Parts: sequence; structure tokens; C-alpha cells
Amino acid sequence: MSETTSILHVEDEGQDVFLLQRAFRAAGVVNPVQHVRDGEEAIDYLGGTGSYAHRKEPLQPHLVLLDLKLPGKTGLEVLEWIRAHPILRAMVVIVFSSSPEPEDVERAYHAGANSYIVKPIDLDQYAEIAILLKRWWLGYNQFAPIGGTPLVFGT
Amino acid sequence: MRGKGMILLAEDNETDALLLKRAFEKADVDTPLTVVRDGQEAVSYLRGEKQFSNRQEHPFPILMLLDLKMPLMDGFDVLSWLKDQPELKRLLVVVLTSSNLQADIDRAYDLGANSYLVKPTGFDRLIDLTKRLESYWLQANQMPVLGSSSR
Repeated sequence: MSETTSILHVEDEGQDVFLLQRAFRAAGVVNPVQHVRDGEEAIDYLGGTGSYAHRKEPLQPHLVLLDLKLPGKTGLEVLEWIRAHPILRAMVVIVFSSSPEPEDVERAYHAGANSYIVKPIDLDQYAEIAILLKRWWLGYNQFAPIGGTPLVFGT
Repeated sequence: MRGKGMILLAEDNETDALLLKRAFEKADVDTPLTVVRDGQEAVSYLRGEKQFSNRQEHPFPILMLLDLKMPLMDGFDVLSWLKDQPELKRLLVVVLTSSNLQADIDRAYDLGANSYLVKPTGFDRLIDLTKRLESYWLQANQMPVLGSSSR
């Protein structure tokens, strides 16, 4: 199970994408990780719409790592969209935000986040977090069943 | 917040509860683990009623480990109840069950479980799980703010 668990990383900062990729590699995470740059793209990816409308392979990841401050649609809006979706709603969503503010933490849990991790600031901290994420979510956690192909598929 | 508080385990199987307590000791987790034996007792504990009315002795947990198959109220009933409590519903809940049925996993997440684990076999693996529970949920994860109602 653990090596086939697929991850969607929603992050607009190139540096953070790079750091997480390196940290995952160092932690021996070999799982498929797809990266999208903003909230709109995340929703297109998950819903099989927009530039993802013609993809043939299943697009639903097991786990979403979601930044909150994104251009256009925010992470919270993406989270609310997922929780209201008839097929995707039980997906595990970990908020991965630079904000430790109680208000942001509260809003994220209120919208249905499974977990909230404050984004690390350097590679060493990233490496630590990558190991913790791997051990818990890829080691022990069971994920909700993949609901098959997205609802709106090219129509 | 760190290193304080307690974990509530709702588990009707005495052997499983005892093994987890031992694993907590072996893993040197300093957060105490309190066991309740069914869903109804879990709800009483969370409400602070009956034998649990003294909050000094029975503090509100920072995390609940929840079995699914229990007498009186099962784990799903507890999750459903919790979902309707605006002050308590953000309590972190890790389901710990022997069921790996996809329907159970789906339903538990739907009802707001934060994470879902199948009980590991073997004591060493239980100790490992306990260590990872501490380092992820009690240290790395940001705790939800309990008592704040929906906005």
C-alpha cells in the first residue's frame, strides 16, 4: 500500500516545491507525487477539468498536501471544494502552511483538514518533516477508497 | 501544549487496551493514556459527566484513539455524536481498529476521523506506532483550538 499511495502537492512557491522534493527523496519516499501551482489547478486536477480534462489515467490522489496562501483560489477554498465533493470528500488533506497563527489553524480544521503542519523553513527541517509524514501517513494510515475516474471527465 | 494533556483510548478489548498501555510505557511517551471501555463511556468522559465530572482528575484529551466495534455505542456513533458538538468536534481522532473494510474507512473519514489505522500485529510494531503517534500528532501537528465554535 504505502509505496503506491499517491500524493498531490499544492504549492505556488518554487523554493518550497524544490525543498519538499529533495526532502522526500532523502527520506526514501518513492511514491508518486504530483505538483500543482495553485488552487484552480488543484481543482482542475482533482475534478478532471480544464487542462486536465483529457487525461486518461485516474487523477485522484490518496493524500493532498495543501498550502493555504495561493494565488486565485485559496487552500481553504480547495479544501471546502474537496469536502463538498460526492466522491473526493473522504480524501486525506494535510494543510502545509507557513502560518502558525491559531486563526488559520482553526479555519483549516473547521473546513475539514485532517492535520495541520507548519511549513519548515530550511532543508534540515524539511527532511525531518518528510520523515514524520512518511512514517505516519505512508507507514500506518489507511486511506479512503479511490472513487474511480473523476465525475466530470471532459464534458 | 506539548508534553501536556492526556490521550483517551476507547477500547472494549481489555487485552488490546493493556498492550497499548504497555507500548506507551516502553516507548517512553509521557502523555498519560486513559482507557474507557465503550462508546457511551467515551461520550461521558468527553462531556465530563458521571464518574468523569472532575476535570482535574479527568482532563479533556488532546487526542482520542477510537476503536470502531464496541458495545452500547460503537466508534461510528461516537464520531457522529462528536460531529454535532460545536465546542468539541475538532478533537483529534485516530481510529484504531481491526477492520480494514473500505466501507468502514470511508465512513470514518466521512464522519470526521483525522486518521485511520488498522491495529498492528506484534508488540514491537505497537511500540513503533506509539512512537510515531507521539512524534507526529503530539509534536509536529498543530493542535486544533477546542472550545471555539464554528464561524
